[in-house]
Formats: sequence, structure tokens, C-alpha cells
Amino acid sequence: MELLAHLAQGFAVALTPTTLLLAVGGCFIGTIVGALPGLGPSNGVAILIPLAFSLGLDATEALVLMTSVYYGAMYGGRISSILLNIPGDEPALMTTLDGYPMARQGRAGDALVLSGVASFVGALLATVGLMLLAPLLARVAYLFGPPEYFALYMLAFCTLGGLASRNQAKSALAAAIGLGIAMIGLDNQTGIPRLTFGEMHLMDGVDFLVAIVGLFAVAEVFIYMENHGRETALGVALGRITVPVKDIVRCSWTMLRATGIGFFAGVLPGAGASLGSFLAYMAEKSAARDKESFGKGNPRGVAAPEAGNNAAAGGALVPMLTLGVPGSGTTAVLLALLLTLNITPGPLLFEERPEVVWGLMAALLIANFVLLVMNVPMVRLFVKILSVPPWLLLPGITMVSFSGIYSLSGSSFDLILMIAFGLLGYALRKLDVPTVPIILGILLGNNMEDSLRRAMVISDGDWTYLFSSGISIGLWAAAVAGFIAPMFLRNLLKRPGAGSG
Amino acid sequence: MGDRVFGLLIAVVALGYILSATQIQIGFLSDPVGSRTFPYIVGGVALLCAFAIMARPDPDPEWPAWRSLGRIGIALAVLYLFAIALRPLGFLIPAALASAILAYQVRPVVRTAAAAGLGLSFGLFAILKYALGLGLAPFGRMLTG
Repeated sequence: MELLAHLAQGFAVALTPTTLLLAVGGCFIGTIVGALPGLGPSNGVAILIPLAFSLGLDATEALVLMTSVYYGAMYGGRISSILLNIPGDEPALMTTLDGYPMARQGRAGDALVLSGVASFVGALLATVGLMLLAPLLARVAYLFGPPEYFALYMLAFCTLGGLASRNQAKSALAAAIGLGIAMIGLDNQTGIPRLTFGEMHLMDGVDFLVAIVGLFAVAEVFIYMENHGRETALGVALGRITVPVKDIVRCSWTMLRATGIGFFAGVLPGAGASLGSFLAYMAEKSAARDKESFGKGNPRGVAAPEAGNNAAAGGALVPMLTLGVPGSGTTAVLLALLLTLNITPGPLLFEERPEVVWGLMAALLIANFVLLVMNVPMVRLFVKILSVPPWLLLPGITMVSFSGIYSLSGSSFDLILMIAFGLLGYALRKLDVPTVPIILGILLGNNMEDSLRRAMVISDGDWTYLFSSGISIGLWAAAVAGFIAPMFLRNLLKRPGAGSG
Repeated sequence: MGDRVFGLLIAVVALGYILSATQIQIGFLSDPVGSRTFPYIVGGVALLCAFAIMARPDPDPEWPAWRSLGRIGIALAVLYLFAIALRPLGFLIPAALASAILAYQVRPVVRTAAAAGLGLSFGLFAILKYALGLGLAPFGRMLTG
């Protein structure tokens, strides 16, 4: 009953005209961001954060807007997967496997509607899961002291890094780069500048929005410039859109199973939506009796990854809100938003700012219904937007990212730093060094160091204190397992869609 | 080959990082860990990773051809000039030039490039300035005096 009271409070916040408008607008923008190939959810959210600040929104409103964009992007990613065989974002990769063949068979409309419904089921149930699980986990989080938090940060880096690259050394290096950048600026505890090399602009440290937009959006410009002309998209005509009731009914169990798997994958810190959709697809395929029909346009192969990735997107919000450890790349960007809004995620957030937490959850429930309407009856509109030519899109996105970052500080230094991050991101992408651990490192670096230093103050310099509680030993064990396991599972996990992508 | 060079580069940067960390001043009210330890750990991890990458390099990625490299260089120059011109010249003119050049790189047709430049510069300025309230100046101090 406590839950219902909280939820009522949330709806009181979410049902104001401004918040509703922001949720609808966020869903709309998000679906576009997701649908456009190359502009993934992390990119889209990162570019939009500076704009959200300039609107002068309060914390709840800004959070509602950006999480609606996040959910919308997860829905929208499937559109270009199905029609163009190009995933709109990384988690939508698995949807190309059966979605594009369905479209080739002239069932593009069916595939879009079915995947829209699957997204809705996954996202809605995951939002309910978030409401049930987050308060419980927030209570568990009270048991966390500095050593447990330090172990938790290790876990996030290890599981995220373990899956992000084919080379563990490169994932670990990416985390170290991020943590190293986080050290720049004034020391939190003593106020003494560190590694600033006398540069005034670096006293405050490297702004994580500058790093994020650089590593994601600016790097994308360079990658586009290199690959230009090579990616020719074979479009598929979109016929009449009908609701494939039979397929939806037949896939209802698939959707529920995929939702469960996806939600679980999302809650694991660091794993995220890509893993959710991958596991959901693989589980569905291995459980099916007609394995051969997967990859040739089996409707269940469309429903499973879409329900899985949307459920994971909701699940990934659980560790971010309760522990301050993002469950995926995009939630890392959302964490950057929270930190910039001066909101510290964690158990205290649920006690002190219930209107933020429950307002957000109520808004997400509403957003799901809005997204269902946008993505099923109105899907044609987004298919049209897909035909925006790249010669307009690329400079447009560039100008928006630059203006957004410039409006934050008004300094050319940040813009040049952002371009440098773009070059770095481009080079690292070529070398298969993942960039998400860098973001996570920049975001969590100072907290991680603080928890280590506090633990050492408490124990008076005794390092064994880091492994003194059951929780921390469990987290360390999971971290080690998360880092090592992919080395053995490599053959299983290697480029799931490589053959047909 | 690429990975060996990359590993070496990282090793040098990591060593430089550790050396710079030795220069961090220690406050008189310091905790057992202090301001230097964490940077040392991070630098050490990066150094280990660099050696691991050098020892077991991945196969080389497909490096861009000279032509692509040239295109990336032009894009880089455009972005850099845009970044330093935004303050003295304002938004409209640098944005129009930068968008036009980028658009021309994507599709080398003068007409579409000019349309993209003008459309994006005025269109985005209107949206960003008046709908979203971003603090952009249409023309900079150098032009308006």
C-alpha cells in the first residue's frame, strides 16, 4: 500500500501540464533519435542535456524529459533495423536478424507493429519492476559503507568492460583513462589542484558533458567522414499497416520471457540493453522448436529482442537510482545529468526527494502509453523522418552539439577540448577500445577515490578492511567473475550479428 | 603493428601521468591514502594494460585511406575554426560556413551545400535562441564593434 501512496504522489507531480508536455516531447524526440542510424540513445541524450539546462527546468522536469528521450530512443531503434537493416542504435542490432527478412517478405508493417507492442510490453513491465525493486534495493543500499561502494564501482567497471571489447586489456585501459581524467582538478578532500598543469580552465576538472559529447557525437562525425559512401542502405517499401493480432497473441509468452531476461540483464550494473536483447534472442532461439526459421523472418525473433532491450532499459535505471552506478552507457549519461542537477542518487534520494523519484516513475508509466501510440498508429511519420538526407543531418547534429556545449560555459576552451575528445574517441574506436568505460570512469572516478580514502581513514590504513564484509567479498567475487568470464565465453558472445549485419 | 605502437604510446603517457602525480602537493591535513595514491594506482593499471596490449596485439584495424584521412583532416580543421570563431564572430556566419563545408563533404553539390549552410545557420539559430533560450549572439563583437 505504501507503493500506491508513493505512486499517487508521483502522479500528482507527473500530471501537471508542463511535465506531461515534456514527457510527450521527450518521447517524440527520443523516437527520432533512436530511429536515425548513427545517432544512438547515449549520443542523443548527451547532445540534449545542455539544451535541457538552458530551458531552466527543475530537477524532476529535466529528468522526465531526458528519460522520456531515453525510452523513446529504445523504441525507435527498431525502425531502421527493420526497414534498412541498419540498427538505429546498438541494442537494436538483434532486431535486424529477423526484422529485416520480415520486411523483405513484404511484412514491414507487421514487423513494426509487432515490435512496437513488444517494446511496450517490455518497457511497461520493466517500469513496474523498477517501482517494486528500486525501493527494496535502496534499503539494502543502507548497508553499504565505503568499502562496499568501492567494490561496487569495481564491479561496474569489470562487468561493463568485460562485455564491451574483445580484448580485456583494452577495456581495463579505457576505465583507467576515464579514472585518470577524473583526477584532474581540485582534490575533493584537500582542495589542492592535481594534474592541472597550471591551466586555469582545468581547475574545476574536465566537464563530463564535454567528454561525453566529444567521445560520442564528435567522434561520429569523423567516423562518418571515413566510411562515407560505403554504407548504402537498401530501403524497403512500407505497405499498409495492419495489426497482426495472430502474431501478437502467438508471441505473448515470448514477450514475457524476454522481458524477464532483459530486466535482469539491465539491473546488473554495467551490462545494459545490448546484453538484454542478445540474451532474450538467444534464449528464445534455443527454446524454440523451429530453430531454422530464426534469421529468416520469424516474428518471435522480432518480439524477443525488442521486449528484451526495452525491459533492460528500465532495469538499468534500478542501480543508477539506488546505488549511483549506471547499468548501461545511456544511464551513465543520465547519471551525468543527475550529478549536474546536484542530485545524488542513492538511498537518501528516496527519503529526501521522493517527488523526484516517484514523479519520474509515474512519468515513465505515462511515457510508455504515449510511445505505444507514437510507435504503432503514427509509425509512418517516423519512417518519413528516416529519409532526412545525411548532408543535412550530419552538419545539423554537429551544430547542435557545439551550440549546446558552448552555451554551458561560453568558452572556446571547452569546445576545443570536446574536439580533442572526438579525435580520441575516433582513434579508440578504430583500435577496438570501448569508450563507455571512459565515461563511467570520468563520472565515478572521484566517488571511487573518496570511498577508498574514507575506508582507509576508518580502518587507519589497513587495506584488508576492503574485504571485511560479506557484501564486499561478494561484490569483489562478482567483479572478478564478470571480468574473467567473457574470456571463456568469447566464442559465444563474439559479434552476435556479424554474419548478417 | 598498430597495437604495439598504441601500447607504447599509452605506456609513455602512463609514465608521464605517474611522474606528474609525484608533483602533487600533499596537504598538512592528509589522510592515510593521500592525494597521490589513487593517481598512482590508475597510472599503474594503465601501464599494465599497455604492456598486455603490446604483448598480445590484436590484428590491425582497417586504417583509413589517404583520401579518407584528408576528409577527416578537413572536418577537423572546420570544427576547430568554428570553435574559435564562435565567440568573436557570433553564431550565424561561422555556423553557415561550417555547415556548408561539412554538407559539401557529405555530398559534393554546391547547391545543396549552400542550402544546408544557410538553412541550418538561420533555422538552428531561431530554434536555439528563441525556442530554447540559449545564450547565442547572432554576430560577435568583432563585427558589431
